[in-house]
Amino acid sequence: MIAKFYESLYRIRRVEEEVAKVYPTDKIKSPVHLSIGQEAVAVGVCEALRPDDIVFITYRSHAGYIAKGGNLKAMIAELYGKVTGSAKGKGGSMHLVDVANGIMGASAVVGTTIANSIGYAYGVKLKKQNNIVVCFFGDGATDEGVFYESMNFAALKQLPIIFVCENNGYAIHTAQAKRQAVPDIAAKAAIFGMPIERLGDDVLHLYERISTAVETLRSGGTGPFFFECETYRWKEHVGPSEDYNAGYRARTEAEPWMQQDQVQKFAMRLDPQQRQQIEQAVEIEIAEAFEFAENSPFPPDAELYDGVFA
Amino acid sequence: MNRNNVSYVDAISEATAQEMAYDPSVIVFGLDVDDHKAIQGTTKGLLAKFGPDRVFGTPLSEDAMTGAAIGMAMCGLRPIHVHIRMDFMMLAMNQLVNIAAKAHYMYGGQIRLPMVVRSMIGKSWGQGAQHSQGLYSFFMHVPGLKVVAPTTPFDAKGCLISAIRDNNPVIYVEHRILHFQKGPVPEELYEVGPGKARITAAGSDITLVGISHMQIECLRAKHYLQEKGINAEVIDPIWLSPLDVDTIAASVRKTGHLLVVDNDWPTCGASAEIMAAVTERLQGEMRFTVHRMGFANTSCPPTPSLEYLFYPNGRTVAAKAFDILKGSAQNWLPNERPDLKEIEFRGPF
Ligand SMILES: Cc1ncc(C[n+]2csc(CCOP(=O)(O)OP(=O)(O)O)c2C)c(N)n1
Ligand SMILES: [Mg+2]
Repeated sequence: MIAKFYESLYRIRRVEEEVAKVYPTDKIKSPVHLSIGQEAVAVGVCEALRPDDIVFITYRSHAGYIAKGGNLKAMIAELYGKVTGSAKGKGGSMHLVDVANGIMGASAVVGTTIANSIGYAYGVKLKKQNNIVVCFFGDGATDEGVFYESMNFAALKQLPIIFVCENNGYAIHTAQAKRQAVPDIAAKAAIFGMPIERLGDDVLHLYERISTAVETLRSGGTGPFFFECETYRWKEHVGPSEDYNAGYRARTEAEPWMQQDQVQKFAMRLDPQQRQQIEQAVEIEIAEAFEFAENSPFPPDAELYDGVFA
Repeated sequence: MNRNNVSYVDAISEATAQEMAYDPSVIVFGLDVDDHKAIQGTTKGLLAKFGPDRVFGTPLSEDAMTGAAIGMAMCGLRPIHVHIRMDFMMLAMNQLVNIAAKAHYMYGGQIRLPMVVRSMIGKSWGQGAQHSQGLYSFFMHVPGLKVVAPTTPFDAKGCLISAIRDNNPVIYVEHRILHFQKGPVPEELYEVGPGKARITAAGSDITLVGISHMQIECLRAKHYLQEKGINAEVIDPIWLSPLDVDTIAASVRKTGHLLVVDNDWPTCGASAEIMAAVTERLQGEMRFTVHRMGFANTSCPPTPSLEYLFYPNGRTVAAKAFDILKGSAQNWLPNERPDLKEIEFRGPF
């Protein structure tokens, strides 16, 4: 299990580092919202899921997409705007999608997918399917009215859904305390009568707790469940760089998170040879994905009008 | 500051600061208006000058904050509510359409709502389908809302001052790429008021009406058309609602041809409205033709190859105008001139 978790954590970290490295060459002409530092939540949650379980992600979606098993080549090609991309170059970095792997896409309009996810969960329940729905969103999304309205409906209808709030403390450059009168997000979900839990970014613990909720739903128990996961964004809100000198936060705030970096922690738990094997395999995968993106063509002109209607 | 070379961004921040100094009831709020990026600089310095009670960032609450702006206006404030993308205004439609537009009328004139909603249209660097929409025609459709989309720094300042002083809700639309425009901007306070278009380049052969960023493309098209000996007249409507039909119709009366180039889809858009209004005015009086261009009839693709096809540009506008004047497809597309090239916008946002 440690090896499997490490592989996923390492893959996400390294993919995003490569994205940041390539970015200054202007080959990725798309606003990228990196989740470097936030990999743990995506991995802890998605490792508890089956391939046919469904996730709704956000514009900061690279981690969730990769952790859920999204096609890596299609992801990088999408960032490059190539026709081989997950959305044929028509989505971009903010709209990763891979329905075959249970990734139902992302919106660049904050909060939008929370409501979509409860609708999907309603369908799952009505059709008596055995899969479950997970909805990822940030602390900023919980400012929006749609968050409360969706929590209410999900609880009212006892939907088979797990809400995962990735609380990184900021919406762009505005700290949570500047936006929310009461910062305790889980408590707000609790008002609707659903089980809540506050977690950090300890991957194994996350995995265990999410797994318990998953088992409950799988065995016919009722949802929804709500998890607030504290985490931290290491890079700027959008773009490849750091922004600790911008004035809205200090590097010292990030340092404890960097010291407990889950990617490093898991690396230490493996014997060096096994670790090397995993890393080598992932490096090849990543190199191939970038090569695939580089070598793929841009969409042909005719693609412009393709797909407006189903 | 060189007053002949003021940026669109500085024109907006200056207009806001001057109005705030002049009228203590003016306040500015919206997501991120008070951070270090200051909405690409358009709200820069306001927090330091006027303090956090009159300049504040909000939670992510477009719907409630729009309703709050309405309440503030009812209470005698003059709020300016800022959205970094026009797409986010879709969350505020109920408040804008069902309350803001109608309050003065349906409360029998007892209430007025002096408020400005500023928003920006994105383009390029993979903005994609949800960060690039120019949805002003939604608001033009509704009586009780005024809509303005200035293209020059001069108009950016004058229109904003006008919008702030207006006793009605005004939807003030900026374009991300227009933020890079520079030009003369007087230091004093002045208004560029509702309902007056501007002839930005005189001509006699065809009337080009360019809305928002497409105004720039129309001016480029005019240069390209000169290669063919064609003299286009270019008009900037500036205010989309109320719309100055007189100025546009007078131009078409002279040229006999109208081409509206919109920064939006043509269907049910500002271009449709302008064509219809001019047609109503001139039909029966003379022979003329009406045409339009706009976004391709699809969602905006972020990939550069398709995004290029999605938007009209100076060359495609010129080609269309040439076809119109010749009466059939000429297959002429001017070679791109470096001096008429769009500035390359580099991200990350
Ligand atoms: C409805 C809406 N309002 C505003 C924005 C601008 N915006 C983009 S990301 C963001 C912050 C969201 O913060 P959070 O949900 O905490 O996610 P994070 O970026 O921290 O992962 C904002 C305000 C938007 N995209 N959509
Ligand atoms: Mg956040």
